[in-house]
Amino acid sequence: MRLTRTQVIQRGFIFAFCILLAILSILPFWVMIVNATRSSAQIQGSAFSLIPSSSFAYNYSRMMRAGAFNPFIGYLNSAIVSVGATVLGMYFSSLTAFALVVYQWRFRKAFFAFIVAIMMIPAQVTTIGFFQFMLQIKFNNNLLPLILPSIASPTIVFFMRQYLLGSLSLDIVNSARIDNASEFRIFNQIILPLMKPAIATQAIFVFVSTWNNFLIPRVLLSDMKLFTMPIMVSLLRNDIYRVEYGTIFLGLTMSVLPLFVVYFTLSKYIIAGVALGGVKE
Amino acid sequence: MRHKGINYAKYGYLFSLPFILSFLIFTLYPIIYTVMISFSDLKGAGMNEFKILEAPFDNFRLILNNNLFKTSLGNTVLIWVMNFIPQILLALILTWWFTSRVYSVRGQGAFKVLFYMPNIITAASIAMLYYSLFSYPIGAVNSLLQNLHLFSSPKDFLMDKWATRSIVAFIQFWMWYGYTMLILISGVLGINPELFEAADIDGASDWQTFIYVTLPNVRTIVLYTLVTSLIGGMQMFDIPRLFAMGGPDNATHTASIFIYTQAFEGPRFLNRAAAASMIMFIFIAILSAIIFYIMRDKEEEKIKQQRKLADKAATQKRGLSR
Repeated sequence: MRLTRTQVIQRGFIFAFCILLAILSILPFWVMIVNATRSSAQIQGSAFSLIPSSSFAYNYSRMMRAGAFNPFIGYLNSAIVSVGATVLGMYFSSLTAFALVVYQWRFRKAFFAFIVAIMMIPAQVTTIGFFQFMLQIKFNNNLLPLILPSIASPTIVFFMRQYLLGSLSLDIVNSARIDNASEFRIFNQIILPLMKPAIATQAIFVFVSTWNNFLIPRVLLSDMKLFTMPIMVSLLRNDIYRVEYGTIFLGLTMSVLPLFVVYFTLSKYIIAGVALGGVKE
Repeated sequence: MRHKGINYAKYGYLFSLPFILSFLIFTLYPIIYTVMISFSDLKGAGMNEFKILEAPFDNFRLILNNNLFKTSLGNTVLIWVMNFIPQILLALILTWWFTSRVYSVRGQGAFKVLFYMPNIITAASIAMLYYSLFSYPIGAVNSLLQNLHLFSSPKDFLMDKWATRSIVAFIQFWMWYGYTMLILISGVLGINPELFEAADIDGASDWQTFIYVTLPNVRTIVLYTLVTSLIGGMQMFDIPRLFAMGGPDNATHTASIFIYTQAFEGPRFLNRAAAASMIMFIFIAILSAIIFYIMRDKEEEKIKQQRKLADKAATQKRGLSR
């Protein structure tokens, strides 16, 4: 396609604009990482710098000694919760989708309509009741209430159902039945591997959103040994860090580091996955 | 679906059971519990026993007349609108550029990755990061503005109601425009390419094609992002809470912060918090219902139109074959 002169100028403008937006995405994180390596005195001199300095080790030892923010406890608890929620969410959502696609049962349509209906329930309307209920059964200060609810994830069931409808032929199920495989085995050994691509996409999003969850863990957990990363981060607002500028930025950097690693290694799949999610409606 | 006389239907129930049980325990029961609490006298830390009030709607009346709740609801809607309008506009413009054949932006893949990136990062960390960047008198933003000689002395952004609200709205915008753009682009890629070819043959300009072909065809997706953004926006908590603690002077006190502070701070009015969350639930449901209603009408119209066209085509065909 031949371009007119104005179109060439427009192209240049658009490209420059996109570069600006890209800088806007990176800059806050860049300043954060740089400041994590600068001393409080340097930051007091000028808090904006793009060049790393040499106080990383000092900031690190201050952070570990201050006592409130502990990145490793945060990593451990967030990892337990996120991995647990992802594994349970993927397995049981696939199982529910399998039940919806393969079997003809009386309430199948009603159950699917129900799943669509509850997809839109805002999580926070259940918070007070959820908290009181967990308190009653002494489940507060326990990571399980952050993991188990993912067994019922309507949005993921919806997605898995769409995927199965498009990719599963009932012949596979029927021929496995002729070989006398039990229904449960058919699901575990044939269907689950078949759903790998869908599971991979959804797993990333469940993992990340569980990792990032702040409100529910904040409400349930009061034992510092159980704090997940987002709660750890909120501790950086504590007065003991008031003038420890470098330490705050180091803590922030450590809190987002795993997400950066996950994002930049899997960005291709994540971007494709977001696009898939949008088509579902 | 019967095979060798085995009734497979029972497996449908069996395999749905874990989902149903988990839903009953972790969603339905907490909802019912919240409703009960909203009609009760429950307050205080660690309290679990309560009785239903003689005038069960007292908490609702109290909340609806509470000035802080009204302010919070107003802030929530205001900050959401302040973030959503620029967000959808920028997302639409970027969608136009990224899907246009004339502009075919170079390095699109990298841009998409960078624009979407803030969305995946912990909101709590982002709120704390911006809090540090905007801090006073020593903060990166103040340093930058002074280095550029835009400000002569540092400004305490977090003492200014509108500045704080705007920054919260900006953070939300910054975290979500990339997501909205990706959703819209995938919608545009799903449009029948023949429509674009037809527009090309008719000599439509790139802008005209976007306005008259692309936009009407992604209307459903725009409404989808509107609904999901609205539901999310009405529950906005992490950013205004950790960035500004709801201040200054309650300027960023959102409905969710209201519910949280009622239930988990001070005298812990769990009953009032529950009533407030029910009110928010109804508010969100009504807003969503309105938007869904608009959406459904359009869909049905479309189907009716398509049917008419199909009928017409069928009669024409019949006419031709005669």
